[in-house]
Amino acid sequence: MFYREAGQYKTSYAADQALFPILQDKVGMLLILFAAYFLVPLFASNFVIDSIFIPVLVLSLAAIGLNLLTGYTGLLSLGTGGFMGIGAFACYKLSTYFPGINIIVLIICSGFFSAAVGALFGLPSLRIKGFYLAVATLASQFFLSWCFIRVPWLYNYNVSASIEVPSRTLFGLPVTGPNATSITRYVIVLTIVAVMTWMASNLIRGRIGRTWMAVRDMDIAAELMGIKLLQTKLLAFAVSSFYCGVAGAMMVFLWLGNAESESFSINQSFLVLFMVIIGGLGSLLGSFFGAALIWGLPIVMRNAPLVFGIPVTAATMEQITFMTVGVLIILFLIIEPNGLARLWQIGKQKLRVWPFPY
Amino acid sequence: MHLLYQIFIDPFVQMGSAPDLFAQTLWEGMVAGVLYSLIALGFVLIFKASGVFNFAQGIMVVFAALALVGFYEHGVPAFLALVLTIVVMFILAFAVERLVLRPLVNQAEIILFMATFGLTYFLIGFGEIVFGGDPKVMISEQLGLPSGSYQIKMLGGFVQFQKIDIAAAIIASVMVAGLGIFFQKTRIGRALRAVADSHRAALSVGISLEQIWVIVWFAAGIVALATGIMWGARSNVSFALQIIALKALPVLILGGFTSIPGAIVGGLIIGIGEKMGEFYWGPLLGSGIETWLAYVIALVFLLFRPQGLFGERIIERV
Repeated sequence: MFYREAGQYKTSYAADQALFPILQDKVGMLLILFAAYFLVPLFASNFVIDSIFIPVLVLSLAAIGLNLLTGYTGLLSLGTGGFMGIGAFACYKLSTYFPGINIIVLIICSGFFSAAVGALFGLPSLRIKGFYLAVATLASQFFLSWCFIRVPWLYNYNVSASIEVPSRTLFGLPVTGPNATSITRYVIVLTIVAVMTWMASNLIRGRIGRTWMAVRDMDIAAELMGIKLLQTKLLAFAVSSFYCGVAGAMMVFLWLGNAESESFSINQSFLVLFMVIIGGLGSLLGSFFGAALIWGLPIVMRNAPLVFGIPVTAATMEQITFMTVGVLIILFLIIEPNGLARLWQIGKQKLRVWPFPY
Repeated sequence: MHLLYQIFIDPFVQMGSAPDLFAQTLWEGMVAGVLYSLIALGFVLIFKASGVFNFAQGIMVVFAALALVGFYEHGVPAFLALVLTIVVMFILAFAVERLVLRPLVNQAEIILFMATFGLTYFLIGFGEIVFGGDPKVMISEQLGLPSGSYQIKMLGGFVQFQKIDIAAAIIASVMVAGLGIFFQKTRIGRALRAVADSHRAALSVGISLEQIWVIVWFAAGIVALATGIMWGARSNVSFALQIIALKALPVLILGGFTSIPGAIVGGLIIGIGEKMGEFYWGPLLGSGIETWLAYVIALVFLLFRPQGLFGERIIERV
């Protein structure tokens, strides 16, 4: 009743191929953007922005990156953490060498370094796939983690082997470093994520995305149709790593403020993979859902006993959180293996036929 | 030129000039390899029979070892503790089949893989609550495992063989032989191989998938227990051990996901390659190359044999 495309006639191809062909979607998206840009900075406290909104947005971008590779091209990768690290360290080095250039330009540029490395480590995908490929991408993860520790040049020969974000300003407003306010950083992260998500959605609706999906669905058939597997797969790796790299750079520069090799370890890769799977393979929206759930769940778990006034020690709580997250992941996979995005689809369908059951 | 010399000449000169050191490194590589093989074996067992890439194998190793030590600490005699641990592993296998695998039957591989992640998280939390997070000492003496070492004079020097390592190698060989016989000769073993070939065909000739899965997870649990004892005897039993699961993955690539001999040979190659690389070529690159060298060996290998050493010929390759 509220969500129905009946009666919305398209009179041009442009209207038919629009990003949101349905009016309700368009309005909904505008409302969400309005809320994200105005309501959140107005009403959310700095702590909430710092510990929930910024991380979820940054991780969503990483999840989108992995989703382009795993969900759309069907190549399983466990090297996300490493690629994020490349972005972060590249951005750090760039900001040391070119202190005059706008930091946001550098954050985007660092994605290209990540893309190059990603394409290099994507080479095995031409011969293997599935779990063999996943293990092969682990090679990149471990190699890169090792580099982040053992190559002192990457962190400017710092004794602590960590990277500290320098203070940079944009139009006189500090955007990185200790002086930047949460709201400034949040707005920048939001803008980058929104623009890159928009680009990703156009990418997958276009020719490139279709070749990716063709390769995912059946690579031999795709090859017979004239899709060049080499280019397609490497492009998928490059674009995916680009997204991860930008996410990694944002993670350090706009969220954490400093980082070391440990921030880009194998656990980070697994975390992002969780987000993609729980959110839904092959869905951009799902990446956001997945990031929000995987990031939010432990926070909720940790704070739940405080709300109810149950006394538990931090250590016990940590263990219970682990257990619950594990159980929830399994439960979730059993109930809805296609992820949160599928639930959203079902919800939309229900809205469409409401008040009738079907 | 100097670099080429360092890479291609110098290490071999070192090997030639100190053969006892070379033998020692080789032996240590082999021992590490045996342990990798054992973990890989657990992976292979489950992957063969159910197509599940079981990420939880590493935590199963820790869990089994902790259960064993935990029982002993509560005053249970060592051998009874061993039996009880085996019972625990059976319960675990049963629960996994009942609560995780059965509802997820016929799902995509990646979903099952994710589910084993969930299992890993659960076992980490559960294990820490039950056994505590502190590292524990493995009760190797109480189980009758030897300690100490042999010093053998050979190649113009002394080579040290830890008794526990020899025991590990023997136990591993016995276990592999046992599994081999079990797979080839027994009724259940044949059913297992049938399931590995095709789930549907196996179902249609009346093999119970559920039963097979319990058995296979139980077998993997026992392998995990053996691994846990061996590894725990060398260092402590702690949750840090679970990362050795990641060490076993290149072994799987090398040996093939479905081959038991592959797991053994792959483990040995990785173990020896890793120790050799670390010892002779490591100083060139800075230390710690152990963490990724195994993967690089496996990757190079993949270029020539994408199906692994003994993997099935049919592999999805492009």
